[in-house]
Amino acid sequence: MDLDILLQILVSGLLMGLIFALIAVGLTLIWGVMDILNFAHGEFLMLAMFFSFWMFSLWAIDPLWSLPVTVALLFAIGVGTYYFIIKKVLNAPGLTALLATFGLSILIKNLAQFFWTPDFRQVQGAILGDKTLSIFNLNVSLPELIAACGSALITYVVYYLIFRTKTGRAIRAAALDRDTALLMGINIDRIYALTFGLGGACVGVAGALLMNFYYVFPSVGGLFTILAFVTVALGGFGNITGAFYAGILIGVVETAGGVFISPVFKYTIVFAMYLVIISIRPKGLFGW
Amino acid sequence: METSALALLKKPWVLITLLVLLFLPFSTSNIHFHHVLIMFMLFATLSQAWNVIGGFAGQVSFGHATFFGIGAYAALVLLKRFDLSPWVGMLIGGGVAVIVAVLIGYPVFRLKGHYFAISTFAVAEIAERLFANWDFVEGAIGLPAPVLPEGLVNFMWYKTKMPYFYIAFILFVAVLLLAYKINRSRLGFYLRAIKQSHEAAEGLGIDTSKYKVIAMMISAFLTAICGSFYAQYILFIDPPSVLSLDISIKIVLITVLGGAGTVIGPILGAAILIPLSEYSRILLGGTGKGVDLIVFGALILIISVYQPQGVVGFFRKIGK
Amino acid sequence: MELLNVKNLTMKFGNLAAVDDVSLTVRQGEIIGLIGPNGAGKTTFFNCLAGYFNPRNGAIHFDGHEITGFRPNRICKLGLARTFQIVQVFREMTTWENVIVGAFCRTANSAEAYRETMEILKFTGLYEKKDSLVSNLTIADHKRLEISKALATKPHLLMLDEAMAGLNATETNEAIELIKKIRDRGITLIVVEHVMEVIMSISERVVVFDSGKKIAEDTPEKIIKNPRVIEAYLGEAYHA
Repeated sequence: MDLDILLQILVSGLLMGLIFALIAVGLTLIWGVMDILNFAHGEFLMLAMFFSFWMFSLWAIDPLWSLPVTVALLFAIGVGTYYFIIKKVLNAPGLTALLATFGLSILIKNLAQFFWTPDFRQVQGAILGDKTLSIFNLNVSLPELIAACGSALITYVVYYLIFRTKTGRAIRAAALDRDTALLMGINIDRIYALTFGLGGACVGVAGALLMNFYYVFPSVGGLFTILAFVTVALGGFGNITGAFYAGILIGVVETAGGVFISPVFKYTIVFAMYLVIISIRPKGLFGW
Repeated sequence: METSALALLKKPWVLITLLVLLFLPFSTSNIHFHHVLIMFMLFATLSQAWNVIGGFAGQVSFGHATFFGIGAYAALVLLKRFDLSPWVGMLIGGGVAVIVAVLIGYPVFRLKGHYFAISTFAVAEIAERLFANWDFVEGAIGLPAPVLPEGLVNFMWYKTKMPYFYIAFILFVAVLLLAYKINRSRLGFYLRAIKQSHEAAEGLGIDTSKYKVIAMMISAFLTAICGSFYAQYILFIDPPSVLSLDISIKIVLITVLGGAGTVIGPILGAAILIPLSEYSRILLGGTGKGVDLIVFGALILIISVYQPQGVVGFFRKIGK
Repeated sequence: MELLNVKNLTMKFGNLAAVDDVSLTVRQGEIIGLIGPNGAGKTTFFNCLAGYFNPRNGAIHFDGHEITGFRPNRICKLGLARTFQIVQVFREMTTWENVIVGAFCRTANSAEAYRETMEILKFTGLYEKKDSLVSNLTIADHKRLEISKALATKPHLLMLDEAMAGLNATETNEAIELIKKIRDRGITLIVVEHVMEVIMSISERVVVFDSGKKIAEDTPEKIIKNPRVIEAYLGEAYHA
């Protein structure tokens, strides 16, 4: 087995995995704080990618420069989703919230299809373009590398926010015990809105970065949603570090599975791995 | 407490509704309408089956399409490859579904809440992918039913939907009575107890694992039967049409919208959602722009936001 | 006749011994009072006996069977039932539905279970509220419901964990009467209580726990004079 090929797979897997990780971190935040499975998470990602695409396509703004705008838009969408939808179903049986976000995902996906057609879109001629770097005999796609680094960076920023700031402490308090947090004067409503917005922002970053080398179409969200769910569960409910490592693991397994077994089954292998791990460790790799 | 299942039929409004339903297809020769009625009964039955494990026992499965697909493929594959009557195929499909339920059930039932739900996703995705790449069942190309003389023996009709209607009706009533019976039996009470407090249930002598698996077995069997029916009705199946996440989610949707954990919930949910989805597809779907799904998604959103307890909850509120 | 025999039971969480080498014998028809300061290990003891915890050491024999390490549902079927300190009723069911879950332990027949349930509800005085949703019941009724559920499983030994907590004087008296009625039906009882008057009036024997150990076992009158016991409670003792 050629060491170079093995390394190539590991690196590719790592890069994609870091992006999965960021998407999962957004989801695990929402799950951990509000106990809501956001079915529309993948659709948020799709929107981020489309926003990035249109800003480039219509106004020639490179995805790298439009990233802050995309992030701001997705943050707003997250907050809006909280206030108009999530807030109303927080006290309902758990399934209802799931269904609300599911309805939202169908709505967004089909609105996108209606307005933008099911065609696949790609960004051509951006700054990062199709460039590849040669590092130690390995071919590394530059946009993928930037996307991975960006994702890792933002994941760290989120981690820092949650664990080293006062607001983050409020979020953690709300996650642990909503009623007590309320009694201690924490504005739960705002915390929840912020959390949902943050989840959206994560996906905004990921989407903007993905647009540099991936293709977007209205249904692209579906697969990412499921992968994000599995990543989050694998990493442990509400666990940011867990989601990070789980994302990387899934990225590597997916790439390796695609090469060694079959590209058709690469996600099947991921799911099978999830089932095996979860039956040994029922709360995820790092769950508590 | 009334324990006989047939007691349900003695209630006047139930009898009347069922009779109305039975004679409804004769009110018009519009085949779309007949189709919608059949789909309504099929999905009401599917949701009733899901309700046993999802509503009563509170174990939310997003992978029930797996059992549906097993039933569908069992019927057509055994018919095509071994000339086995679809009725026999249906029973075999049910049996396979039960085995799969037990194999998956024991390890997966130890998981709590969302972890369990996501596991069912994973199982469903694996199943769809496997079937799509399995030559024995014609994989992604799809499996058409062999062309055979129509009739009860071959379980297929081409010129009219009415026999399908009657079979669906029988299935619908049978499963409704079964659900009613379970609700009043030890199994039903045990499942509800398990859902509300695992600990207390164990302390009252309930083997929680055993009963969860039993519920799953029943649910899987009935779902597979529905799948076989569907295969014989549509006469062409492929992984996206019988193993997709969409079907799993539709079943969950119907039950929850109608009111999970109640006997009438799945029926109410199906009565609202199926005509909605079928007619919006018939009327709006032709453009291929997905307008019907836009409406569908928006409506699900609106209903869950404004009526979180489902339709049953709505009626309960009015009743107060 | 010996109904319960606990030998050298030890339950540890990490290095902390919540139950430390406890031995106890309970004879059929007795009412045993189990007292001790908070954190003494009484509930952990119950949990070990009822099968929720697997003890680190020791053996439990019940009605001729060794039940150490059995799962709770199996122990319940053998005739050992318990109530929970924090009442574990089934919130979305009515009163009678809660009890029938217990009744199904002894019969699979719905009609028979239903009859049993009605009988139990009349016995514990909840018959009038049988169709109420649990959320509409008072605290005293919640406690009675807890007991009713357990009674429906037809236990030989019933362990009550602070069944009187939160009750006023009248309710406490009613509860004491109920316990006596239960004993008259032939059910042996172990009662964990903080309310001394209750323990005094119903127990034949009192066992005292402190920091996981059994520090005294005697008649109620002798227990309250036991210096070790008084020391353990430090001021909470009931002075004759």
